[in-house]
Amino acid sequence: MVEATKKYDVIIVGAGPAGLAAAIYTLRKEFSTLLISEDIGGQVTITNEVENYPGIDFATGPDLMTAFRKQVDKFGGKFDFARVEKIEKNGDGFSVAANNGKTYSATVVILAFGLTPRSLGVPGEDRLKGRGVAFCATCDAPFYKGKTAAIVGGGNSAMEAVEELCKVAKQVYLLHRGAQFDRAEQILVDKLPSFPNLKVFLNSEVVEFLGDKKLEKILVHDNTLQQENFELTVDGCFLEIGYITQTKWLGGLVKLTDRGEIAINERCETSVPGLFAAGDVTTLPFKQIVISSGEGAKAALSAAQYISRATGREVKPDWGTGKKSNS
Amino acid sequence: MSELTFDDTNFESEVLKSEVPVLVDFSAVWCGPCKVQGPIVDELAEEMKSQPVKIGKLDVDSAQETSQKYEIMSIPTLAIFKSGQLVEKMVGMRSKDDLRAALEKVMA
Repeated sequence: MVEATKKYDVIIVGAGPAGLAAAIYTLRKEFSTLLISEDIGGQVTITNEVENYPGIDFATGPDLMTAFRKQVDKFGGKFDFARVEKIEKNGDGFSVAANNGKTYSATVVILAFGLTPRSLGVPGEDRLKGRGVAFCATCDAPFYKGKTAAIVGGGNSAMEAVEELCKVAKQVYLLHRGAQFDRAEQILVDKLPSFPNLKVFLNSEVVEFLGDKKLEKILVHDNTLQQENFELTVDGCFLEIGYITQTKWLGGLVKLTDRGEIAINERCETSVPGLFAAGDVTTLPFKQIVISSGEGAKAALSAAQYISRATGREVKPDWGTGKKSNS
Repeated sequence: MSELTFDDTNFESEVLKSEVPVLVDFSAVWCGPCKVQGPIVDELAEEMKSQPVKIGKLDVDSAQETSQKYEIMSIPTLAIFKSGQLVEKMVGMRSKDDLRAALEKVMA
């Protein structure tokens, strides 16, 4: 069902440091602003300690993101929790379709959806996400107390997941498509034989996730073809295969680099007028909270100028005019 | 009614036998996204305190029996119970507006 909604001045896709900072800036300029995101805080919510955000001596990632979120609320920002699936340029703005069945419209769009945990793209994966197919051992390992869990990956995050899960689970399987662990730090790889409840499968890939209401089995393919595909009975499977810029869904809308990052200039403008981008999803070199926040602010200021030019609207100054809170 | 705390011992009396719909925030101290979700649920509880609903948190580590019964495998999970039945299970973070709308739907 497609439901038309009001037209916003600004739609921000993503609500991590870049998206939230952008919203604070556009809202203070009195532009109606909607954030559409699957979560708040993004990767920062799985960061336990932040000690390099200027002015904040120490914060947990979640606390810092809650502070950002409260500031957005204070200026009247609106959140919709959904995944944006399509953006199209139309006459004087953009239409933004999300997986909640709604299509939104806005004069400008700021893309700030960061990095996404890489997935395998095999049958059953999407359907069983959050029902046994998991992406964060640090977050979800405690659910597998006394159970059986598989980990897919061969880098440092997979090694860390092994450590987290072997502490609590009865049986842990580690599946890696390579013949050896050459992407992980040797000191972590050397620890693998010390876990009595770990079984390692090299040259192995998960080709299907099986289960009705929740994950029950994984189907494994042996790359060396020494054996037929086989099933492992598991309660959970953690994909620890890194992060990617998931921008394919944008189609041909905007110029991307060959790594899938959104190409921007120093004003956070993309190849499409009215479409801005900020933070980890862009060609920005460093992935830091303070940098992404600054980029979000920059994208918002560029967006404000664009709206002003496009609509002839006066842009309100933002020097502390004692703005009233809407919440 | 402002925010409550549920566990294995009071789940039946406070949630399943409740006269009004109950929103339960399944969370844990080690879960980062839950710590962002938590204050949102607190604020909602405060804003809806005069309405016929209950809103509360359940720690999945201490209330393992309840968490297993409702197959909580990823948190935060926001669940709504009405007349002893699980009527809505939302996995992942939700906004205050989404939660309010979900509650209003079952209150009607």
